[in-house]
Amino acid sequence: MNSQEHVVSHVHRDDIASRMGMWLFLFTELILFGGMFFLYSVYRFMNAEAFHVAAKELNTLIGCFNTAILLTSSLTMALSITALQKDKKNLSIFFQLITIVLAFGFLINKYFEWAAKFDHGIYPGSDTLLAKESGEILFFGLYYVMTGLHGLHVIIGAVLIGVMTRLTIKGVITKDSYVKLESAGLYWHLVDIIWIFLFPLFYLIT
Amino acid sequence: MHKDETHQHMHRYGIYILVWMGLLTLTGVTVAVAGINFGALTIATALIIAAIKSYLVLTIFMHLRIEQRVFRIFLVVALFFFIISIVLLFADYSFLIKS
Repeated sequence: MNSQEHVVSHVHRDDIASRMGMWLFLFTELILFGGMFFLYSVYRFMNAEAFHVAAKELNTLIGCFNTAILLTSSLTMALSITALQKDKKNLSIFFQLITIVLAFGFLINKYFEWAAKFDHGIYPGSDTLLAKESGEILFFGLYYVMTGLHGLHVIIGAVLIGVMTRLTIKGVITKDSYVKLESAGLYWHLVDIIWIFLFPLFYLIT
Repeated sequence: MHKDETHQHMHRYGIYILVWMGLLTLTGVTVAVAGINFGALTIATALIIAAIKSYLVLTIFMHLRIEQRVFRIFLVVALFFFIISIVLLFADYSFLIKS
């Protein structure tokens, strides 16, 4: 045990720099999604009417439901960090697991939403879609790319939180060393913020 | 810099619950308001509500309020350049479409 303590005392840790690194990464995400929001805004500016017509196809109720799910998962993520800071390890693990469950709930909803679109013949390159006017094709192209990329982020976030849960159980993430959990949380909240903008821009423009 | 910085760097459960309720309420507002046509202001309203929600997430959930100032400066710089790009983009496009 002595040798371990010896090693631990020499481990260099800089939590602020770790969080800063995460924030810098999040800024690159801002550029990634930002570019798509630019594309959306220009196409919508040029095809305002078609975007309104196309958006009527989207299910606002599922959109609302998914917004509530994602906001709640952000809450449980934040709570899991506070729980750990208060040295309540099991409560923290519980909140992390709830966050993962909510992430899957979001993805299941997304699956049903996309499946319904596919059933109506609306998917990239389909005859039904290509028969529509160009503005509507652009709308659905952006819809699939942007919600798809966001969905990918939800999957990555859920996996990341899963890894953090494992590390918390194993005692790597503790009351005194939780910057990994914080960084995963930052990523998760960013996914939430992106959805906060996607939701009104796609589901609420009818 | 505070001596007990690690203790400064935490929120209580209560504020998270409050922010969560605020976020859900704002979602309700944005859905309710979407049905009303304010003309050009419709999209502005939606974006302002989304911006308020993001502000809440950034400051409370993402701890920016209790984080060191340099984090806030970084974010402001990033957003500043983001906004510059979108302003220049629209300066360009509104001109192209008129001509």
